[in-house]
Amino acid sequence: MDLVLFLTFALIAVACAINMSLQRHPVSSALSLIGVMVSLAVLYVLLGAEFIAAAQLVVYSGAIMVLFVFVIMLLNTGAEKMSKKAGTAHFLGFPLLVILLAVASWVITNATSAMKPVKFGAFTGGGPREVGWELFTRYLLPFEVTSILILIAIAGAYRLANKEMD
Amino acid sequence: MDYLLVSVIKTLLIAPLLLATLAYIVWVERKVIAHVQLRVGPYFVGPHGLLQPIADAVKLLTKEDFIPSGVNHFFYWAAPWLGLMFAVTGIAVIPFGPTVDIFGTKVNLGLADINIGLLWILGLGGMGVYGIALAGWSSNNKYALMGALRSSAQMISYELPMALALAAPLLMSNSLNLREVIETQAGFVYGVIPNWNLFTGFQLIGFIVYMICAFAETNRVPFDLPEAESELVAGFHVEYSSMKFAAFFMAEYCNMIIVCSVATALFLGGWHPIVPPAVATFVPTLLFGISAGFLFYHGMNNIRPNDRYSFPFFGVVFAVLALVFLIPGVGPILNSLFWFFGKVGFLLFFFIWVRATLPRYRYDQLMKIAWLFLFPVALANLVLTAFFVTLFNK
Repeated sequence: MDLVLFLTFALIAVACAINMSLQRHPVSSALSLIGVMVSLAVLYVLLGAEFIAAAQLVVYSGAIMVLFVFVIMLLNTGAEKMSKKAGTAHFLGFPLLVILLAVASWVITNATSAMKPVKFGAFTGGGPREVGWELFTRYLLPFEVTSILILIAIAGAYRLANKEMD
Repeated sequence: MDYLLVSVIKTLLIAPLLLATLAYIVWVERKVIAHVQLRVGPYFVGPHGLLQPIADAVKLLTKEDFIPSGVNHFFYWAAPWLGLMFAVTGIAVIPFGPTVDIFGTKVNLGLADINIGLLWILGLGGMGVYGIALAGWSSNNKYALMGALRSSAQMISYELPMALALAAPLLMSNSLNLREVIETQAGFVYGVIPNWNLFTGFQLIGFIVYMICAFAETNRVPFDLPEAESELVAGFHVEYSSMKFAAFFMAEYCNMIIVCSVATALFLGGWHPIVPPAVATFVPTLLFGISAGFLFYHGMNNIRPNDRYSFPFFGVVFAVLALVFLIPGVGPILNSLFWFFGKVGFLLFFFIWVRATLPRYRYDQLMKIAWLFLFPVALANLVLTAFFVTLFNK
């Protein structure tokens, strides 16, 4: 059951990811990205990380992507056209992508070779209580640093928006 | 296997009930608004227009599904069903009643009992915007696009104070599971005041903030800017007809049921009665009994000739209902369901009542309310609640 669900949603995620880069229209691409995020949320649930799954739904697909779609609709952009100028990209794009994927997979397999394979249902520490506890004890410093980073981003956005208004 | 079987049975029971409820809320809404405005509302299809929803369903199913030119076909087709799907899925985590024993099997009244129940509803609520946004955008209509943009902006803005208002009762209950949240609200303070989150601390403020946000999240009057008839014709669904249009309607009513159920679960104590349990057992019996008595009395002293037969008939139905609540075993289960659905029903009535009463806000006022009033109030409520929870729980 777990394996069937995993394969289904992994396939959906990969298909949506490929579709995202193939689509010409920004809205179609954005929706494919949402498909990727929702299937990732399902994969998180399968691995026992309930809270991360919910956060993925609420934050990424529920808030950030809504903003993306909102902006795309507000600007009312049409489908992208193929440009004729990118000649080198045509020839080099695919081989470079393959090389990138190869390097990435090599690094990942090397870095994680010591780790044990994941079993579905084996991990139970992914509820909101456990995540909150870890966040406010062991990872308190990174957590606070992130919040300061976000504060800086808000200040920057405010500055930029104000400049436009003047 | 047992779990699977029970889940399938529950789904088969709840899904048709939900669809019937969605159809009949429309009837209730039309009736209530009509009576507020001194009209009679739907009256001709069936007695008191009771068959109107079925006639509407037949009409919508057989109507021509008109697709205007220049629409983006895939998204135009997908948007209403996407919106309906996210709305209906939210029902799955709402607990209707306590865990009960049915033929030796422990059954949770409610579909799924998950640890992140509330986050699930918030996540789906956030996803629900896509149905509206895509509908407005793919229709290739300026009014529809305006409605969709308004809706997206409105729902993003109101999600913040809504989540903050919901966080305060969660702090007091110390759980995200809706069933556990309801169970912590059992009992009475001094034997009279129910131990609901609404009456604890300043949660009355949180409740009001949540209800205002709920109106905005479900695009209801006075915040129905996305479909403001006077400016945008019908807003995001202006180009939709037949079942696709019905899907938007069903999604809206389904979302109303969800926000009312969440308010009931988090603030109003779920299935816990408002009066002490010794009295609460007899409240449904008493209510139905009194209704039956009234029907019998007016049936005997009838004004219209038909009432002589119809009123006693419904009187018997109500009397039977009153007695069903007294059957041992079944009675307590029905009693908790009665209290849960009674509260949800009252909140739904409140939604309709407001629609019949208040005019629509302007768009800038809408944003001002969210950011300058609701957000700070909800934040202050959360901080104060967190402070008092740490102070008194140690």
